[in-house]
Amino acid sequence: MSDMAAWLLVWPVAIPLIGSALAIALWGRPNAQSAIGLIAITLQLVASLALLGHVWTNGPIAMSMGGWPAPFGIALAADTLGAGLTVAASAVALAILVYGLADTNIEQRRAGIIPLLLALMMGVAGAFLTADIFNLYVWFEVTLISSFGLMVLGGRREQLDGAVKYAFLNLLATTLLLIAIALLYGMTGTLSMADLSGKVANLPDDAPVETIALLFLVSLGMKSALFPLHFWLPAAYHTPLPTVSAIFAALLTKVGVYSLLRVFMIVFPDGGEIAREAMVWIAVATMIVGALGALAEADIRRVISYTVMSGVGVMVGGLAIGTELALIGTTFYIIHSIIVSAALFMAAGMVARAGGGTRIGDLAGLYKGAPFIAVAFLISGLSLAGVPPLAGFWPKVYLVQAGLQAGEYAIVAGVLASGFLTLILVGRIFALVFWREATDGARVTAADTASTSSANDSTLLKSALGALAALTFVIGVYSVPVVDMSSRAAAELLAPEAYIEAVFQSPAQTAAADTDSAEAPR
Amino acid sequence: METILAILVGFLFAISVYLLLSGSLIRLILGVFVLGNATHLLIFVSGRLTRESPPLIDKGLKIAEVGIANPLPQALILTAIVISFSLFAFLLVLSRRAYRTLDTVDTDEMRIAEPEPDTQPMRGRDV
Repeated sequence: MSDMAAWLLVWPVAIPLIGSALAIALWGRPNAQSAIGLIAITLQLVASLALLGHVWTNGPIAMSMGGWPAPFGIALAADTLGAGLTVAASAVALAILVYGLADTNIEQRRAGIIPLLLALMMGVAGAFLTADIFNLYVWFEVTLISSFGLMVLGGRREQLDGAVKYAFLNLLATTLLLIAIALLYGMTGTLSMADLSGKVANLPDDAPVETIALLFLVSLGMKSALFPLHFWLPAAYHTPLPTVSAIFAALLTKVGVYSLLRVFMIVFPDGGEIAREAMVWIAVATMIVGALGALAEADIRRVISYTVMSGVGVMVGGLAIGTELALIGTTFYIIHSIIVSAALFMAAGMVARAGGGTRIGDLAGLYKGAPFIAVAFLISGLSLAGVPPLAGFWPKVYLVQAGLQAGEYAIVAGVLASGFLTLILVGRIFALVFWREATDGARVTAADTASTSSANDSTLLKSALGALAALTFVIGVYSVPVVDMSSRAAAELLAPEAYIEAVFQSPAQTAAADTDSAEAPR
Repeated sequence: METILAILVGFLFAISVYLLLSGSLIRLILGVFVLGNATHLLIFVSGRLTRESPPLIDKGLKIAEVGIANPLPQALILTAIVISFSLFAFLLVLSRRAYRTLDTVDTDEMRIAEPEPDTQPMRGRDV
């Protein structure tokens, strides 16, 4: 592997960092910031595609920062899972940014949405690409602090209320993660995930591996909104701007699930029996509670918040089964969920524009004035429920098959039941909000408000939503690339030797010292 | 020494859990603060304690002859302190804003984002 190739790892993290810094330097000039945001996210997408291409042909790569050889240095590393999720995240972020440029007004952009969004993308890419567990914590905090800023942008009463719960509970979760990392370091003396992989397996029998694994499950489970630690998500996700809700729903919980995959497949490939046992039931409970919670809500955005949680249950269900087939399902589902969660929150934001609110009972007949939103919502919603031939169908096929093979019938039942409940939810929203005749004259329909938003904005909003809805359709019909990628990712998770070897042989880049100190202050 | 510090860490965790179980924002902030400091101390202890020997290796040697202090936990704590300090500052500002806007510091009364449901989801105003 050439040294140059390893630099591919740096760019998905460095580009948003540079973009964010430039955008902060141009504070108060929202148009320049918007241009920087678009360029930075596009470049991030290109860089992560290049990274995925390299990983696809050459296997996992790693790069040690500051010239310190592994396991002493902090390494960035990418396998198919990390690179693939970076691609998915930056692609969806691009759509969300386009949406956001039309959806936010000049005041909101002046308040700094672009630099915060770029900082968030830096944190997400960093979390996907780091090979060091303390560095993972740092990226979590980078993501968290930028999400705090995005959360309160606008400063409405409702937002502050949601932000209080979001901030306290997420901060608690990352502190618990730090405690777990500290205890793990105390036992093994290393922080490199590749090094931990071997050392945890060789610990003496009386080492509290189970306790630490459970602590990881609790802290990362809280970050990914697993039952019963999910309360912050439905309390907060419906309050910020639609753009912000979309990016939160698309990315934040997935970073938690990704970290669970990393920790339980690479750091504790064997240990953590109690945590794995618990994970089965936690996953099933998350699926069902999420779907039931959504059923009880009367506001579209809150319904979608609960379905995000239900989806997290499905992903963790695959991890709990732990076979190759199940991990294929989980990886595919993460990618599908990134796309669809963003699309649904975008659609909800457009419903609010067209219909003047998001309460299901207050809306009717939107199909007449806004057929585009209706169709895009229906496609995304059916994909979420797992209706063939949309993208959400295939990961569920893999998970159900894996569950039947492994004898984990509870997870099979959970996946099917939550899919069924989601179908009811989507059908109900579609029937009431879009399909029902608007009999009451007081109801605002899209035709009345169409004139208030400029045609240009509406094109941008539609193209962003349309792109994601089309993506979930295309992935469903032509699922081979994503299945291939998920299969490779699952195989690498089950046999992480190549990943570990890549980290230990990572070229020591002395020139990278500056980049490192800027990205990950230690 | 490690035992004493371990007990102290446990004591601090107990205090922070007690504070975090409260419904008042002020106590929650203090709880998060104590929890952060307990965690920093935990990282410090998990790196093992060595007194009065700086982490320097004599010239020509690959490993130190005597037990030296472990510099890594100190670097980790430094990072963690910076992060928790900035997040703590954010929480303070957020809580103040929330108090001025919502006029309460009692989390049980913060129900604006999650109001008591007044309509059934199936039923609209006049269905």
